[in-house]
Amino acid sequence: MRALTWHGTHDVRVETVDDPEIINPRDAIIKITSTAICGSDLHLYDGVIPGVVPGDVLGHEFMGEVVETGKDSTLKKGQRVVIPFTISCGGCFHCKIQQYSACENSNPAEKQDMSATLYGHPMAGLFGYSHLTGGYSGGQAEYVRVPYSDVGPIVIPDHLEDDKVLFLSDILPTGWMGAENAEIQPDDTVAVWGCGPVGLFAVQSAIVMGASKVIAIDHYPNRLALAKQMGAETIDFRKTNVREALMEMSGGIGVDAVIDAVGMEAHGFAVDNMLDIAKQKIGIGADRAKALKQAILAVRPGGRVSVPGVYGGATDKFPLGALMEKGLQVRSGQTHVQRYTKDLLEKIDDGTLDTTFMISHRLPLEDAARGYKCFHDEQNEWTKVVLKPDMETT
Amino acid sequence: MRDDDYTPSGATLTGLGLALGGLAFGAFLARRHKGGSDDAPIYTRKSPPGDHAVVGRTVTIRKPRAELYEYWRDFSNLPAFMENVEAIKEQGDTRTWVIKAPGGNTVDVVTEVTQDRTNELIAWASTDESDITTSGRVEFTDAPGERGTRVSLIMAYDPPGGAAGRAIAKMFMREPEVQARHDLKRFKALMETGEITTSARRKDQTREAKQQENG
Repeated sequence: MRALTWHGTHDVRVETVDDPEIINPRDAIIKITSTAICGSDLHLYDGVIPGVVPGDVLGHEFMGEVVETGKDSTLKKGQRVVIPFTISCGGCFHCKIQQYSACENSNPAEKQDMSATLYGHPMAGLFGYSHLTGGYSGGQAEYVRVPYSDVGPIVIPDHLEDDKVLFLSDILPTGWMGAENAEIQPDDTVAVWGCGPVGLFAVQSAIVMGASKVIAIDHYPNRLALAKQMGAETIDFRKTNVREALMEMSGGIGVDAVIDAVGMEAHGFAVDNMLDIAKQKIGIGADRAKALKQAILAVRPGGRVSVPGVYGGATDKFPLGALMEKGLQVRSGQTHVQRYTKDLLEKIDDGTLDTTFMISHRLPLEDAARGYKCFHDEQNEWTKVVLKPDMETT
Repeated sequence: MRDDDYTPSGATLTGLGLALGGLAFGAFLARRHKGGSDDAPIYTRKSPPGDHAVVGRTVTIRKPRAELYEYWRDFSNLPAFMENVEAIKEQGDTRTWVIKAPGGNTVDVVTEVTQDRTNELIAWASTDESDITTSGRVEFTDAPGERGTRVSLIMAYDPPGGAAGRAIAKMFMREPEVQARHDLKRFKALMETGEITTSARRKDQTREAKQQENG
């Protein structure tokens, strides 16, 4: 089959690799019909996530048709399914309490040591996202092997087209959980850093959850326009002093909740951020946490800090004093996708949530490498890229 | 100033304070050295006592004690999740563990069950006819509430003596702690999910398939 493979920093290629096959009884093989490039794939592209091996097939936002099933899979050939990016076994303690992204069994035993050393506990298995998370082949391919296919995949009714439901795999539930972790109350003012796909979905989710005002922060005009279209007020951080603006826009109280939808590669020109960039470049691994640091200073005392943005290591000069002295609550984590898919599918179907507005480009899988480059280099215009293995190459 | 008519001065009080502080610190060190109350398993000690190297690990498995005990009690099941064990053959009261070694070779270890308490624990030890001195035990206890069963695998082995001993130990278990941890996690996956998790894309890329080739 054809698949997008990683070969090094800013080096991804579409190549022919072995087709996947059923290995375990609960497996299924999916023929991919749509797959997206995620903002977090850019962290792999930039080489800032450890444990990626040349030849690894990337991609964790995908859907398709069931073409083969193991004897214990509950799926049927021909069904259209969206696959959560988090792999969950359904049988362990964490799956039973719906903390699916902390599944204890989906990362193979012999792959758990690296993340256990880094974080104190092993990470769960994720598709196409380094050997820290299992080293699974991802979905930017023609076919993918889906383990524990009786737990994760959600069957899609025929009347809903791919583009409407594809983002159930990751960014929609991630934005939704980002807003849920902000514990939004009706009179709240909520600030969201980053108007990438997750940030835009967090904006939309916060509004659906009843926030009185949502303020979105970015610097790309096109992305800010999309946030405005979703009902947010906006701040361009290159033009405006963010902290001062947020104080004024929240009546001098400070925003009630903040959502960092940026993560470890935050933009910013402050000296500390430039130092962090330099450290990241020479491989001493400090996460650039400019957005999170700013968010912690901006949130009101007793407020909530939600972090859907991806971090992989440690950061310097973290405002721990502000966290303690202001009595903040922090919630974060990889998304417990399976907890949200059913409910969010209904919200897509009844029109509560719009999922297609951010798609800027649809490309054949063969053009995936160009998709990565443009999504990385031209973030203003390339807001979301969907790859279609069946699409004709132009 | 004579020793017998000294009056407490600021300086002497400070000195006394320091001395007392020193005594208290000494006493603290002594207490600490003897060891305070510590309920942690012995294999988590910074310097484990005794001549044997002991490794151990606990996992919680969402299954009833009886089911887990029963599976483990049938030793022929163990190679399914013990990566370096090719087969376990039963002969009367003893069992021969066929352990994989580099270069497609195997090493036999003959063991006997030394303790067996239904649904609680199984312990085994190598017999005199074995090249390797080793023992192991697996304990099953109820986890709180609905959490299932806590399973602890504890293994002891003699540290290798001499070059030959080291070579044998290396063949037997290169990194006993890592091995025990991975085996136990595979056991957990098998019991909770019915299969052993693999991220391979094809059968011939799984660990199991690779080992079959090597064997």
